[in-house]
Amino acid sequence: MNFTFTEDQLLFQATLREFLVNEVTAPRIRQSWDSDTGRDGELWQQLSGLGVVGMTVPEACGGLGMSELDFVLLAQECGYVALPEPLVNTVLVAVPLITGLGGELAAQWLPKIATGEAKAVVGMEQNLVVEDAHIADLLLLEREGAIYALTPDQFELEHNESIDPSRRLFRVTFVGDVEPVLSGPPAAPLIEMMRNRGALGCAAQALGLAQRMIELSVAYTSERRQFGKPIGSFQAVKHHMANVAVRLEYARAPVHRAAYAIAGELQNAALAVSHAKLAACEAANLAAKHSIQVHGAMGYTWEVDLHIFMKKAWSLANTWGDPGFHKSRVAEFVLADGDFIGAGTTFAKH
Amino acid sequence: MDLAFTRKQQLFRQEVREWLIANVPAQPLQTYDTEEGFRQHRAWEVLLHRDRWTMVTWPESLGGRGSDLIEWLIFEEEYYRAGAPKRVNMNGICLLGPTLMEYGTPEQKARVLPRMASGEDIWAQAWSEPGAGSDMAAIRARAERRDDKYVINGQKIWSTRALWADWCFGMFRTDPESERHNGLTFVLVPLNSAGITVRPIPQLDGLPGFAEIFFDNVEVPLENRLGDEGAGWSVAMATAGFERGLMLRAPARFQEAARRLVHLYKANRDTADRDPAIKEAVLRAYLDAESYCLTTYQIACRLNRGGKIGPESSTNKVFWSELDQDMCATAISILGARAELLPHAPAAVGVGTWLDDFLFAQSGPIYAGSNEIQRNIIAERMLGMPREGRVPS
Repeated sequence: MNFTFTEDQLLFQATLREFLVNEVTAPRIRQSWDSDTGRDGELWQQLSGLGVVGMTVPEACGGLGMSELDFVLLAQECGYVALPEPLVNTVLVAVPLITGLGGELAAQWLPKIATGEAKAVVGMEQNLVVEDAHIADLLLLEREGAIYALTPDQFELEHNESIDPSRRLFRVTFVGDVEPVLSGPPAAPLIEMMRNRGALGCAAQALGLAQRMIELSVAYTSERRQFGKPIGSFQAVKHHMANVAVRLEYARAPVHRAAYAIAGELQNAALAVSHAKLAACEAANLAAKHSIQVHGAMGYTWEVDLHIFMKKAWSLANTWGDPGFHKSRVAEFVLADGDFIGAGTTFAKH
Repeated sequence: MDLAFTRKQQLFRQEVREWLIANVPAQPLQTYDTEEGFRQHRAWEVLLHRDRWTMVTWPESLGGRGSDLIEWLIFEEEYYRAGAPKRVNMNGICLLGPTLMEYGTPEQKARVLPRMASGEDIWAQAWSEPGAGSDMAAIRARAERRDDKYVINGQKIWSTRALWADWCFGMFRTDPESERHNGLTFVLVPLNSAGITVRPIPQLDGLPGFAEIFFDNVEVPLENRLGDEGAGWSVAMATAGFERGLMLRAPARFQEAARRLVHLYKANRDTADRDPAIKEAVLRAYLDAESYCLTTYQIACRLNRGGKIGPESSTNKVFWSELDQDMCATAISILGARAELLPHAPAAVGVGTWLDDFLFAQSGPIYAGSNEIQRNIIAERMLGMPREGRVPS
């Protein structure tokens, strides 16, 4: 039993954090809102250079051949800066899916993805819209239980504007006759894997977002004075933030366990992921609720950066499975006939 | 990261399980908040000690097994799973014990710890006073040094099971000129000393589970002082740290409660589902108990590798005490009209121990440092929010 990360994993996290905090600043994010694509090719190249984009690409295809467990801490950091680039979906969902599909597709695309030369984007029917489909060189799409691998000439996009200006969302329609690369029963485990990986990515980012909103709120309430004191010295304000800290503190381990379960292809991965996403997104939503409250009217403005993180948190809570989806998966497990919950069962293989 | 138990850990679990199957009483003991129940629970401690199960993390020389925190978690999982009796000496083994190991002299450790482990001495706390609750630095009870002893005068309150306990530990003001955190000293006092009066205070359930202790010129030898004279505050904070921290409430306790709650819900769905909030609350209880378990394992693994618990440990107390309250409230909602009935009432069918659990859960956010105080600590020491201006007394 060792529930800790390795020195290397922690070092990689610290390195990426430093890079992202320096590069992905709030002004740069705001700039991206006004650009055509909302995406930053230079930044993507830098991330490729750090090895992050190809992290889960097998070494034989030019990647680092690392696992979801190696990446989960990095996904938290992407949340911490509200990174607009599709790094989390690329590393956690697209690359493992292409690797799982294998063959020609993998041989052709994985090396280019690792270098940043090509971008692969993923979409699922349950998500209604596809994030970042406009920059896809390869679009991996799930429709009615089948998986499609499409190049831009095979689909058309309809932009759907999000409340979060960092998110670029599209409805996809096929152009001409398009055949799935995989369908029927063989596709099912890969689709389930997509769903779980996408949800894990949301959960990990939610942890970072919650942490960031706490820090913004602590900084703001330490500066802002009323009644002759920093408002952060008042217990009513303190306790709002303490409540967020409590929920966040107990959401991390479930997310790390979910990454472990996915990396190890454990049977309980779906349950672990649903638990992780519910816990982490709840912490992030609570962080948003209390952060805007302690920011007062400033929190309701476009000018103050808080909304960059709030809007991302709100969006992630309802994508890759909304709370209803994940709660019903938990209910199915917990309320099933039999007796397999309780003390000593957490690490059992269900 | 490797979330599988080692062979050694599996064998340890097996050993605990087998011992519990062979030894846990078939009939539940009486509540330890009565004299007879207290006696039964002390006898249970003696039995645990016979096979070195009182506190597995203690060194073998003190009757433990030298276990790490993972083995402790495994022990607790099996313990709660087996429905074994409540632990009557938690104040001793979980609070004073670890403090003694850190601050005690070799003589004190040898004198106190083995008798604590064996259940010969059951310990009560003597922290709070009528005027010093959340504001513990307002302590007024005096310990005046006269030659080779302290003479104690004053009053302590909310001492759990002090009516039947053998010893108490607490803080007393040794420097009459001192204020607040200064001039306090940590002292161990035998409850059969001349000049001590213990008066029961009936709890919410009517039982004399806690007490007030009056000290009238009580003499205790200097060797009963723990740590330096005047250094009581820092010694006590270590105790409070252990208490808030990992070991007071094992995750297994709440996971078993969540398990019972799920069973209660499944057995009563026809009525429970009339209130759509109940299903949600049941799922949340399960998930939060799991979160508590996962997080505790993660902290334990970090500590095993030389890490330290910081102020984030204050989140622990808030999390489990509010989880417990919510869980019990959900059970009460499921039981509906049966919920208020005492277990022996003829119409109290299938009510389990929920009423007792519910009552006790109300104390969770209060004892061991109220949750308001915990939230202040979280905000100030963990998050770094500005301290509020305190008016000096």
